[in-house]
Amino acid sequence: MRHIISILIENEAGALSRVAGLFSARAYNIESLTVAPTEDPTLSRMTIVTEGTDRIVEQITKQLNKLIDVVKLLDLSEGPHIEREMMLIKVKAATMAQREDVKRLSDIFRGNIIDVTPTTFTIELTGSGQKIDSFIEALAEHKIIETVRSGVSGIARGEKSLQV
Amino acid sequence: MELSGAEILVRSLKDEGVEFLFGYPGGSVLHIYDALYRQDDVKHILVRHEQAATHAADGYARATGKPGVVLVTSGPGATNAVTGIATAYMDSIPMVVITGQVPSAVIGSDAFQEVDAVGITRPCVKHNFLVKDVTKLAETIKKAFYVATTGRPGPVVIDVPKDMTDPAIKIPYHYPDKVTMRSYQPTVKGHSGQIKRAVDLLLNAKKPMIYSGGGVVLGNASEELGTFVRHLGYPITQTLMGLGAYPASDKQNLGMLGMHGTYEANMAMHGCDVLIAIGARFDDRVTGKIAEFCPEAQIIHIDIDPSSISKTITVDIPIVGDVAGVLQEMNHLLQTGKKEPKKKALAEWWKTINSWRATNCMNFDRSSDQIKPQHAIELVHEITGGDAYITSDVGQHQMWAAQYYGFEKPNRWINSGGLGTMGFGLPAAMGVQLAYPEATVACVTGEGSIQMCIQELSTCLQYGLPIKIIALNNRYLGMVRQWQEFFYENRYSSSYMESLPDFVKLAESYGHVGIRIEDPKDLKAELERGFAMKDRLVFFDIVTDQTENVYPMIRAGMAHNEMHLSPHGGELPQDPHRELS
Repeated sequence: MRHIISILIENEAGALSRVAGLFSARAYNIESLTVAPTEDPTLSRMTIVTEGTDRIVEQITKQLNKLIDVVKLLDLSEGPHIEREMMLIKVKAATMAQREDVKRLSDIFRGNIIDVTPTTFTIELTGSGQKIDSFIEALAEHKIIETVRSGVSGIARGEKSLQV
Repeated sequence: MELSGAEILVRSLKDEGVEFLFGYPGGSVLHIYDALYRQDDVKHILVRHEQAATHAADGYARATGKPGVVLVTSGPGATNAVTGIATAYMDSIPMVVITGQVPSAVIGSDAFQEVDAVGITRPCVKHNFLVKDVTKLAETIKKAFYVATTGRPGPVVIDVPKDMTDPAIKIPYHYPDKVTMRSYQPTVKGHSGQIKRAVDLLLNAKKPMIYSGGGVVLGNASEELGTFVRHLGYPITQTLMGLGAYPASDKQNLGMLGMHGTYEANMAMHGCDVLIAIGARFDDRVTGKIAEFCPEAQIIHIDIDPSSISKTITVDIPIVGDVAGVLQEMNHLLQTGKKEPKKKALAEWWKTINSWRATNCMNFDRSSDQIKPQHAIELVHEITGGDAYITSDVGQHQMWAAQYYGFEKPNRWINSGGLGTMGFGLPAAMGVQLAYPEATVACVTGEGSIQMCIQELSTCLQYGLPIKIIALNNRYLGMVRQWQEFFYENRYSSSYMESLPDFVKLAESYGHVGIRIEDPKDLKAELERGFAMKDRLVFFDIVTDQTENVYPMIRAGMAHNEMHLSPHGGELPQDPHRELS
């Protein structure tokens, strides 16, 4: 099963490599990993998407908790949560027909066109991984020049939170 | 008081109560060595190779329960230390290793003797630090000791760039009494509800089994374990790491379990209905085939490390906590509760166990005209009154030492169980002998293992360490040969030791005593003669039977009831579980 694990970790050099090293050393899957400092600059928030049986995911959370730099951990998949991913996608839009169709699809998916040239559109799209996949599929008839995905960020719904 | 970084480092070690610093100098740590030279509180022990520094510190830690401390230089100093760090990590030994590093300004430039020590050691330490600010040095050292010695212990590395120890930069010194870390708060107290449930389950058992490990030794919980086991009257087995936590001679003790465990211990594991694992981690050498591990048992597991619980074996009642504390609580419940163990069922269970015991699985050929290694170990036990500190290397001799020495006390059996590091024994013995100068310290080794750190004979001379080296010399890498005999149709690929040195002359050249023993008739007298030399290192080169194997043996991946037994044991009982291969 797919799990989204959120971690608060000391914002120190090497903290990311401890997490990445743990996954490779113990042969755990890692689908995506995002990390950035929080409102408290001494802490970073990391979201890891991983896949494994319950037993393996239990080990993953225990091993992550065991890392000295990990302050707190929450498996978001255990409760209601929201996940979002952001994609930047550059699409060929040279003819009038192409430009209109890409604009229309972007609107349907509530994307924002954030850069325009005579031959390309760059669209910013936020949503679940599934929505982003669907948008890429919807653009099948167009020429995709490049895509950049941020990886998943997640947060628990309601009052539940991950904080020190 | 204003001190340089180097002085702060040394002073911090003193304030931490460090007696010995095992190390080897080099460019990046010269400021620190200069600070060491100017004080007498922390005694530096100069080894002959950095691997030995880590093993010596490790041996010191295992014997005393106090953290071992190491100082090595950058680059090769750090990489040579890695084997010892990994050894300590696998066996959860508290250790603080200080590695020198090139100056901060040149880190990353492939400077002379530069390695990414933090990166290289990351997978085999509990935690590591790179010191970037000399004002944080003392606090970092305090944190390192705190992390190394609390919770599940382990090695911690502090990488110190040379500019952090610059004698020209003096700053105020303050060593904190304690530190707190928001990201590290080990659980020590077991959950009372879980403890009650566990006690209930234990008292309902008809065929109970107690399986204890190195956590009891590390957690200083032998006394609590003894009370617990005697109160219940249940059988107990120990892992390789747990030997000595419960006296070997006690009737309730079935000996070691696992790959080279006793017949009775393994059969009782296979047949039990309630198993309590105490400070043990279900290592693959213990469990054998996971699918057939304790097939009928409900399992209780006490461990201070949550990640040890249900890692390989799913347990029914997990208890995360310090073993001593949990056992105290259990003992209290047992002593104050009304419920008693099931006497009748227990008597039946002991009857079955005693029939397994009657196989006499540890017997060996006592009439041989060659020296049997098991006999040598039995004699070492006899001569030392069972009260020596025994270190070992890795291989057949390690198993024989574990099986035949009969450890009565904890912290006396010092071996590399998890990583299985050849070369561990002699340097580990140095650490033990330094900690206990009056004690008898023996290193049981083989002619293969001893050569991996033989250079330490020189360190032993320098510090006058009267270690007794029991080299069981069978001219083979014995355990490799045994596996090749069993599983590779006697194709002894690279397991024969040719061109061995004359160990007697070798020992003498280092200023020690060498004794070669070839005839079983001389064995006892020669061992006695050597052990009587209280102030000398004696190297016993004992020429043993080349064909001897370690029994019983469970092949890797087989179940507990699928054992190879020695041809010299007694009758096998009729048992429905038994499927000897």
